[in-house]
Amino acid sequence: MAKGVKPRVKVPKKAAAGEAITIKTLISHKMESGQRKDDDGNVIPRSIINRFTCDFNGENVIDVTLEPAISTNPYLEFEATVPEAGEFKFTWYDDDGSVYEESKQIAIG
Amino acid sequence: MTNFKQAIGVFVVASTVAMGAVADPVDDTLVLNEETTIVTRTAAPAHVADALDEVMSGWLFRGTETRAMQADDFDNPGMIFVEQAEDTWNTAEGTEGKSCADCHGASDEMAGVRPTFPKWNDAAEEVFTLEMQINDCRENRMGAEKWKYTGGDMVNMTALLASVSRGMPVDVAIDGPAQSTWEDGKELYYTRTGQLELSCANCHEDSYGLMIRADHLSQGQINGFPVYRLKNTKLNAVHDRFKGCIRDTRAETYSPGSPEFVALELYVASRGNGLSVEGPAVRN
Repeated sequence: MAKGVKPRVKVPKKAAAGEAITIKTLISHKMESGQRKDDDGNVIPRSIINRFTCDFNGENVIDVTLEPAISTNPYLEFEATVPEAGEFKFTWYDDDGSVYEESKQIAIG
Repeated sequence: MTNFKQAIGVFVVASTVAMGAVADPVDDTLVLNEETTIVTRTAAPAHVADALDEVMSGWLFRGTETRAMQADDFDNPGMIFVEQAEDTWNTAEGTEGKSCADCHGASDEMAGVRPTFPKWNDAAEEVFTLEMQINDCRENRMGAEKWKYTGGDMVNMTALLASVSRGMPVDVAIDGPAQSTWEDGKELYYTRTGQLELSCANCHEDSYGLMIRADHLSQGQINGFPVYRLKNTKLNAVHDRFKGCIRDTRAETYSPGSPEFVALELYVASRGNGLSVEGPAVRN
């Protein structure tokens, strides 16, 4: 299991109905590509976040496939339209089967 | 043919001068997380007033995107390492079974510590950098092993301690018992080293605002240290930066943590008295 994995999300606390807001996400993860070798010449096994999703009140906002070329601590920024108050749910899927979750409430105002 | 070469020579000189003008520090204000205003430009402290009118943070010499990155903690990659240090802060280690937090409380209670270092330590009878103080705590209070002077754990911890003091003015004491160390540091600052025979002052006092090859020369202020550098994607300790600079003069360098670098750190820090602590800053 990858060590020191910690998800972070930045979502505004409130938005106007129908407004497009910017969401920033970052997960600390070493994103080992599987292409590198250690000092003894053995391949270091691949260990990456391979999928990221964001849902708003159960509806999918974005679904990203991540590949080994993506750097350490992947940072994803995207926009989402907020039709109503609710909850953004963020999920990261690790190669080792771990799933990291985070959620943020947003109000209309 | 000869005339043509001369013409090229003139053109190169003219374009270099023009580029020098472009590289001046920008007119911009740094506000962290839309709440903490950082002093990036202020009147020079009395002891450097004969050399500089104004002291300026390296932030003013960096590009728009790099400056923006530092303005928001979420965008500042250095804050990841601060969070790692926060975990270390609360973890008990060593034979005493104590963590930093057991003596000091929450890490944000250390606000105001970073701006005064390096400073004189009465018990050790020498000037202590923040790194030396941390290792002193680890050895004598926690019974833990020392950290490598510019190792990951150490630089992360100094970043945590800098981050809680952001916005407070750098205020190192240069008189009293620290004065002789400060004078040693000043001498080093003005001593030319290496095959290129360059002193710190040649670049950072005489030529800041100009280009050094493709890069902007800053005043070499260290209020933003440790800095996250985009070129090596990690936090960099100030002694490693000194080492890099001196290496670039093609000299044999001093070691991080050596008495020479401690003296130089005190002197260079004192040149930025009045600038806000920015660490972990983002630089190229």
